Amino acid sequence: MDFVTTLVSSAYQFGDAFAFLVLSACGLAVIFGMMGVINLAHGEFIMCGAYMTVFAVNWGLPLPLAIIVGSLFAGLVGMVIERLVVRRLYSRPLDSILATWGVSLIASQGTLILFGPTMRGVGTPLGSFMVGSLSFSYYRLVLMATAIAVLLLLYLVFNKTRFGVLARATIQAPHMASALGVDTNRIYTLTFGIGAALAGLTGGIYAPTMTMIPTMGTTFIMEAFVTVVVGGADVFIGTAPAAVLLAVVKASLTSWQGQLAGQIGLLLAVIITIRLLPKGVTGFILKGRV
Amino acid sequence: MTLSRIFKRLEGPQTMGKGPLFWTAFAVVLAIALAYPLFADGYDVGNNIYFLNWTFMALGLSIIWGYGGSLSFGQTAFFGVAGYSYGILTINFGTAYGLGVVAVLMAIAIAALFAAILGYFLFFGRISGIFLGIVTLSVTLALERFMAQTAGPQWTVGSARLNGFNGMSGMPPLTLPWFGGDIVLYPDIGLYYLVLGLLVIIYLGLRILVNSKFGNVLVAVRENPERAEMLGYDIRKYQLGGFVIGAALAGLSGALYTSWGQYITPSSMGITSAALPIIWVAVGGRSDITATLIGTLIVLSGFQALTIYGSQYALVVMGLLLVCTVLLAPKGLVANAGILLGSLFNRKNGSA
Repeated sequence: MDFVTTLVSSAYQFGDAFAFLVLSACGLAVIFGMMGVINLAHGEFIMCGAYMTVFAVNWGLPLPLAIIVGSLFAGLVGMVIERLVVRRLYSRPLDSILATWGVSLIASQGTLILFGPTMRGVGTPLGSFMVGSLSFSYYRLVLMATAIAVLLLLYLVFNKTRFGVLARATIQAPHMASALGVDTNRIYTLTFGIGAALAGLTGGIYAPTMTMIPTMGTTFIMEAFVTVVVGGADVFIGTAPAAVLLAVVKASLTSWQGQLAGQIGLLLAVIITIRLLPKGVTGFILKGRV
Repeated sequence: MTLSRIFKRLEGPQTMGKGPLFWTAFAVVLAIALAYPLFADGYDVGNNIYFLNWTFMALGLSIIWGYGGSLSFGQTAFFGVAGYSYGILTINFGTAYGLGVVAVLMAIAIAALFAAILGYFLFFGRISGIFLGIVTLSVTLALERFMAQTAGPQWTVGSARLNGFNGMSGMPPLTLPWFGGDIVLYPDIGLYYLVLGLLVIIYLGLRILVNSKFGNVLVAVRENPERAEMLGYDIRKYQLGGFVIGAALAGLSGALYTSWGQYITPSSMGITSAALPIIWVAVGGRSDITATLIGTLIVLSGFQALTIYGSQYALVVMGLLLVCTVLLAPKGLVANAGILLGSLFNRKNGSA
């Protein structure tokens, strides 16, 4: 293998790992960063988005549109769950983990009852290209571009729109925001909905590359947790750098020893990180600031 | 400490149930449990050991979570580590000459060591609250994935094949050394009495533990870590201690389960399995070991009864149960019932 091929292959693997980590984690990170709630039903929102995407494709929608439908549907489901369950538990973050875990069990087993152990998926579109002797998938490049686009979009939404300003005000000083007339309940519902919709987007966009099973969400959930824990509370200065860091670990270990070594490497990285930086990358970057 | 002072610790501020009435009820329940095999078929008795096997893991979680305030999703990881350890040890060395008992003890020790290493990083890194839950869950999931990919022939330890997703089987059942020949404990009446005896010893032992200084400090840490620290306790050591004790109990469950069913699979550590101990303990009432024990047995029997209709239906009900408990009775259903009973009884006595 010549130098260029090795370089392209390494960059491709890094990009693939980076995209997977960012897309797995972003929904979880928005909900955690904004509301301090760890949503254990995250994997099920991903599954929900994936299933809805496949349904939409089967109804005849083109794939990109179907992914958007899947994402919106997951977002709606998220808002309903926020209204019914999560809302009552903002003062008890540990209990919100438990409740969302209950939701996750209901959702994955309910899906199993309704749609059976597996469902016909959609094929991976776009084909592949060759560099040297190796073949690479175009769709993986789309995934990488999506990951970056999602980060940019989140940055714009939370920093440049009125909703973003209100959301950040609600996070920083809920009582003050509420006193100034912000409907904080609505902000929480919308934020949770955005998190769930991002999870749904991840599910939709990965749906063509995966087997459709009710527990498909668990494929993402460990990576999502790890990225959020290493990243800390902020999506932009936490999740994104953490994903870069972890993608290096994952891609290098995976190409050296296989998929599992990559995952175990991630886990060791997270355990070492929390020992050194209990507040994650966010805490490290914000060190010295009050 | 003299023996009588130790026994006084059976009752105390950290356990529900005291006085002659409670202990009479305890004796009655124990007598029923002891007499049960006389009225039942050995096969049914053997099957029902299944329920008792899990109680140790639940009691351990009650110590870690209910008393120590550290929500850990790692119980099934320790369960699995001990289960696989028992399998590997007994397949290689057999269970004769008391080696079976040694294997159980080793399996528990390995689980406890694993917990100590993991716990060191967690508690000495001052990880608490939801992060502790996430990290322990990630470890559990990684362990499941690791065991699930050990299907190949290169994954053998001595003569024990790990066998990947299908799980390991064929390990010998627990065997006790005895005068005039070993006693092989197949899932039958003998094993039932052994597990029941262990449960009684551990239940009473934990009552003493949580009412001792260690238990009181553990509860103080749960109630307010900063305050406990200001009072001069190194809370990390207490949290780690509780974590390791809980993990060892999960290990006991794992070893007993594996020897009982002669079978262990990676899915016993998966995300669904990991949720179950949380549900038993949350529904029962995590901050009291009696409530945890009763709740675990009730929820487990309910789950088994529902499984007749398919495990997916049973799991949906479990999920609902968890959501409802968290929303409506955060202290746990059995614990709430206990508090109610206690207040009724006190009112009748005219004392509070």
